[in-house]
Amino acid sequence: MAELKGNEIIQQIKRAAVRFVVALPDRTTSQHVLKEILKDPDFRVVQVCKEDEGVSICSGLYCAGERALLLIQYTGLLDSVNSLRGVAMEGKNPVCMMVGLLGKEPGVPPTQSKRYGLRIVEPILDAMGIEHHLIETSGDITKIVPAVEKAYAESKPVVLLIGREPL
Amino acid sequence: MMKRDECLKVLARHRKDEIVVAVYTAAQEWIHISPSDLNYTFTGAMGQGSSHALGLALGRPDRRVIVLDGDGSLLMNLGTLVTIGNAAPKNLIHCVCENGTYETNGAVPIPGIGRISFAAFARAAGYPRCYEFSDLKHWDHGLDTLLKEDGPVFVDLKVEPGENYPEDFRRLYSVEFREIFRKSLQK
Repeated sequence: MAELKGNEIIQQIKRAAVRFVVALPDRTTSQHVLKEILKDPDFRVVQVCKEDEGVSICSGLYCAGERALLLIQYTGLLDSVNSLRGVAMEGKNPVCMMVGLLGKEPGVPPTQSKRYGLRIVEPILDAMGIEHHLIETSGDITKIVPAVEKAYAESKPVVLLIGREPL
Repeated sequence: MMKRDECLKVLARHRKDEIVVAVYTAAQEWIHISPSDLNYTFTGAMGQGSSHALGLALGRPDRRVIVLDGDGSLLMNLGTLVTIGNAAPKNLIHCVCENGTYETNGAVPIPGIGRISFAAFARAAGYPRCYEFSDLKHWDHGLDTLLKEDGPVFVDLKVEPGENYPEDFRRLYSVEFREIFRKSLQK
């Protein structure tokens, strides 16, 4: 099973025509995704103080004709449930989120994790009707571009769950 | 202290092609005072107006974006001041209608009323220009300048309720109107 690589994730983000990355650091993706994106002139990074700001910034960017990715940790996703409800879902905004599952055991489905906070992520997204995909191995990165394209085509949010720290 | 609707009418007289993001009571009044396809009221959750405005301002640096925030709303998302100060969009004017209450939610006073300074918060967060207005004539005169300045600009408007306007949250959060806004901005 090929390891997940940060540079390959970044290439897929670019292929999805994402120019803005709205971020609050997550240990899962900081080293090999966010820090690399911060150095990359193809991206404009907007650092936020709290993740729910990012849901709205991405929505404003959508109306302005720009594609964005919200790069956060699952704890921030849980903290943003009301914005996801009102801004992303009820507001029908294509908010694309890449969410690190910090502490998830490799190869274990999130719903089977020993950690309560990780086990509840997918059921909450299901309850809210938010599409989600698990990105855990190199082969999973092919899910990124179609997920972003679908979000913008159907004007609805999507969550890409990063299941382990990329190399 | 200014009547909020009179304060908004002054802004409407100065408005040209600016995008205006408005929340709660200010939004209910603004859509009647300055109807336009470039009014953005689809903020979806309390506290989020300035964050939507930041996205719009960054995505369309060629357009000026004015946000009519509330004081209770801003307290719910104070980090936005640091985020905006850091992103430093030159085309963003962040107004807060300070009435000292959660007016939409029963007019209960906000915490810190009379002791906190929103303009001082904004200045400390990195907004290069911060103003306070409690008089309509000064606000009218100030708009001549601040609408032309490089932002982010912060404006604390000391207001109290004026005339009653119809309340219609369905209109404020309408996806249909959001699409009209989005398409207008593409022209």
